[in-house]
Amino acid sequence: MVSPCGGSGLTTVNLLAYRDPELFARLLRRIIPALEEQVQKLGRRVRIMEVCGTHTVSFSRTGVRQVLADFVELISGPGCPVCVTDQSDIDHMIAYAKRPGTVVATFGDMMQVPGSAASLRRQRAEGADVRVVYSPSQAVDLALENPQKQVVLLGVGFETTAPGVALSLKRAARDGVRNYFVYSVHKLTPPALKALVEDPDHRLDGFLLPGHVSAIIGRRGWTLLELLNQPAVIGGFEPLDLVVSVYRLVQEMKRPVRLVVNNYGRVVREDGNPAAQRLLEETFEAAPARWRGFGMLPQSGLEISETYRAFDARVALPVDRPVTKAVRGCRCGEVVKGKETPLQCRLFGTACTPERPLGPCMVSDEGTCSIYYQYERSHHRDRREEPHEDYALARGWRQPDA
Amino acid sequence: MCLAVPAKVLEVDPTRLRARVDYLGSQTVVGIALVGGVQTGQFVLVHVGEAVQVMDEEQARDGLALWREWLDDSEPAGLP
Repeated sequence: MVSPCGGSGLTTVNLLAYRDPELFARLLRRIIPALEEQVQKLGRRVRIMEVCGTHTVSFSRTGVRQVLADFVELISGPGCPVCVTDQSDIDHMIAYAKRPGTVVATFGDMMQVPGSAASLRRQRAEGADVRVVYSPSQAVDLALENPQKQVVLLGVGFETTAPGVALSLKRAARDGVRNYFVYSVHKLTPPALKALVEDPDHRLDGFLLPGHVSAIIGRRGWTLLELLNQPAVIGGFEPLDLVVSVYRLVQEMKRPVRLVVNNYGRVVREDGNPAAQRLLEETFEAAPARWRGFGMLPQSGLEISETYRAFDARVALPVDRPVTKAVRGCRCGEVVKGKETPLQCRLFGTACTPERPLGPCMVSDEGTCSIYYQYERSHHRDRREEPHEDYALARGWRQPDA
Repeated sequence: MCLAVPAKVLEVDPTRLRARVDYLGSQTVVGIALVGGVQTGQFVLVHVGEAVQVMDEEQARDGLALWREWLDDSEPAGLP
């Protein structure tokens, strides 16, 4: 067989073997009775939140969502950085594009996010200097190439992205780059999950934790969930990872005392990446941050530390606070908390599409609305009627309500 | 949320903390400041132009072997 990954043995293990269809079928056969048992016990499907947007994509693209649909309701969580960014921060970032002499450097998925009045793409069409960068170090290069301009990197992302931005700050400091700035809206994941657990309305049975955030913070980074006795599994993104993670999560639910299970050992260590953690501590400090849908969460954001304050766009390059208005009818704030699905939003697929998005959840490739638009629309009718909730009834496990 | 891709390290530049890597046949240069001591031939996970973790080959193999073993032990003999 010709491997699309260059044929090396290691690649085969890392990428392809975790996609082995034969092993997948065997695992599935073995796992389904355990899922069935849990469904029977609960009288409904198991509710699992996949925190990471990349997991949401993986479940849809691989078809594992459909394969498990009779047993597991997958609820997409706050795992898209652009989506959880508060509207006032988005407006603030767009305001930098209007500032004379400024180059805004951003990762691609911010471009089309609608602000209250415009988007970065629209600003660029009107003459603003907005550049899409692939890495933060490219933004430092831009600053060096444009010494008479101020370059502002939009620091959007979770624990996985922030170390790259931290490196760019260190490089700018070391090389004396005085026209490089970062507008940080970096966020920390565990405080958002804590807020979800503590929300009395929430009915989640467990969390599938983001694999690449965990690569940085380690299994140990989730002790907070252990203190809350929440079933949680760190998982990878291939089909075998997905199905085994769901199984291990259901097994964890059955235990009285729950530990955070690491099911992504080939990438996630107990302590994560200590070098990246040290770097974050040096360049950032944890601060309260405003999240879309959640509001203010304590110690959930990363502000640029005292030492690197000269590079903090908020401090060194302030812009007037723009007027922020919410988009009427947009349910993105509820979608990121997993309280509603995109299919429950009246704008979804009608007024709001990836071509003309009204909210950030429809823009980013990791946004729940965009993913559901791409993969789950055809099941729209089914989902509205929620036939799976009747699974227990149909099987006679639960008596119909009088 | 944090899409990261595995790439094979082809060449390490320890002074500039950069490495040439191969991702599905396309070559690119990534930062290795976060993965000190990474060696040629190892696989790294790349996010926003930085290698954020070295992939553990042994773990990758062990993980699969463990699940196969579990299946062999738990599947009744004679099942197709």
